[in-house]
Amino acid sequence: MKYAFWPGCVSKGACPELYDSMILTCAKLGIELEEMYDGNCTGAGVISEHEPKLADLLNARNFAIAQKMGHDLVNICSTCQGVQSMVQEKLDRDEEYRAEINAQLAEEGLEYKPGLVIKNFMWVLVEDYGLDKLKEKVVRKLDGLNCGPFYGCYILRPSRILGMEEHPERDHYLEQIIEAVGATAVQYEGQDKCCGFPILTNNRKNSLTQAGTHIGSAKDQGADCLVTPCPLCHLNLDAQQPSAAEVIQRELNVPIIHLPQLLGLAIGIDDKLLRMNRHVVGTQAVLDKVMAAVEA
Amino acid sequence: MKVRLKVKRHDPEAHGGQASRYSDYTIDVPEHITILDALLEVRDYHDGSLAFRYSCRSAICGSCGMRVDGRGRLTCKTKVTDLVKTEGQEILVEPMGNMPVIKDLVTDMEMYWSKMDQVTPWLQPADPGPERENLVSHEAMLDLAQTMGCIHCGVCVSDCPVLEIDKSFIAPAALAKAHRFVDDPRDAKTKERLEELSAVKGGIWDCTRCNMCVEVCPKDVRPMDRIMQLRELAVKAGVASGTGARHGEAFVDSVQRLGRLDEMRLLPASVGLWNAPRLLSEMPGALRMLRAGKLPWNHALPWRKPIAGIKHVRRLFDRARREKKEASS
Repeated sequence: MKYAFWPGCVSKGACPELYDSMILTCAKLGIELEEMYDGNCTGAGVISEHEPKLADLLNARNFAIAQKMGHDLVNICSTCQGVQSMVQEKLDRDEEYRAEINAQLAEEGLEYKPGLVIKNFMWVLVEDYGLDKLKEKVVRKLDGLNCGPFYGCYILRPSRILGMEEHPERDHYLEQIIEAVGATAVQYEGQDKCCGFPILTNNRKNSLTQAGTHIGSAKDQGADCLVTPCPLCHLNLDAQQPSAAEVIQRELNVPIIHLPQLLGLAIGIDDKLLRMNRHVVGTQAVLDKVMAAVEA
Repeated sequence: MKVRLKVKRHDPEAHGGQASRYSDYTIDVPEHITILDALLEVRDYHDGSLAFRYSCRSAICGSCGMRVDGRGRLTCKTKVTDLVKTEGQEILVEPMGNMPVIKDLVTDMEMYWSKMDQVTPWLQPADPGPERENLVSHEAMLDLAQTMGCIHCGVCVSDCPVLEIDKSFIAPAALAKAHRFVDDPRDAKTKERLEELSAVKGGIWDCTRCNMCVEVCPKDVRPMDRIMQLRELAVKAGVASGTGARHGEAFVDSVQRLGRLDEMRLLPASVGLWNAPRLLSEMPGALRMLRAGKLPWNHALPWRKPIAGIKHVRRLFDRARREKKEASS
């Protein structure tokens, strides 16, 4: 299993723990990654807001790079997935538009041909790797760890472009993976809502009220931590959590774990290598539970 | 087939714990029926006290919006078999969210209409108007036709997560309607409208782009996409000077410069370097991130390298912009 790996900007910037845990976890699972070092930012939906064609050009460039490498593309960011799926749908549907875009890519010797497989790591795990195989790799069953799934908007909506017809359970994969590694998936109000990140700079109070409310509702349902496939959600839920707690005037203190970190813990990778210490909200309570489960 | 419904009830005349409850119904119905058909079956043959609103049964009138299995839906357009995947699975029917309940599944749409009022939902042509008909091109109206498909069912407003936490948000339906007039070539108040929508509390920059309204809209109006169009028009008209617009600009600049996101400069550039109080308020958060190793401070160094193919990325920027310029001139 080999993929063209698109790490996204955030795992190379504010969430280095995501990048490291992805590399280590995939190595141990036997998933080969060939990184797209020369890929560019997808625009995170911000560029398409103002300059749709430019956003399409930039994403088509990434797709063509992946195709040149000869592999399916895997990303580790719900936002990247949403943007990439949206652009791909447009390009695959409209031959004339695709030709227009390709004319611009030709100077770099690139061409996008329709049908590239673009998958978030969460989809790869369930659809390509398989939950049974994943279960075999688990050496530390995360018994007793209550995880609240937090998907991030762009991996759920709009469902018409996200392959939900072919894979109708994509909106339940996070729960399935959590259960596969022996932890318990906690259902709560807000698990499929917005973390508020896109308006953090513009309307801080609204943004943090959203983040705080969701964390609070997960906590009320007994979650020890939240697990997310989206580093942007992670930033609002983790890095901003103390501020969110102030805004909604409630104590929170709920660790926010990246999906590869959860897997890494279960397949026996050292927590320091997974950089579990690179979180604003300390993850010790989660690690204690993991170790308690191992000793039991 | 046997269908199990769990229906949220609300009796305004009952007191305390009696006011809200759930009723369970099991009915035997043909497979092809809709949620609305199922509710009619309940009302007509099982429980005449169940209240809900409906009229055309054909997804035209927009009366029967409800929350089914946790999501806003037009019940006359939703088949029972769309939701029931395993035999005996229960369907949860609740009134729409974000608005008060009058009785059972009937909600008070007053707030919905007051928001609609807020965007002046009628044409304001130039004065004096044209002497004869006001002719417009097909192209100009094509994009608006989709927005005009709105049947005011309210399910996008029901499920809007921003409205849940901020009642001032104008919300998807009315903002989509605003776009319909802003982008109408016959309207003469485009700039004023955009100014208002950009500056008002709860305006276009408060949308989180979560796609919920796009997902639930039964008429494919895609309200969020209209809000994004309004943002672009506001920037183009030069009336968007807020943080939201600056954030977009700073984001695009960073990708042009590095091929990547420049998170170190994004926040200061968005809130404005002159905005000392706001920047100071971000300091504790920045320090927290720095302590946790989440602030890539070395990215702020002037010699941060762009991606290898940056000249190609910049060329794509130039081309796209030149084309855009040519198209608008």
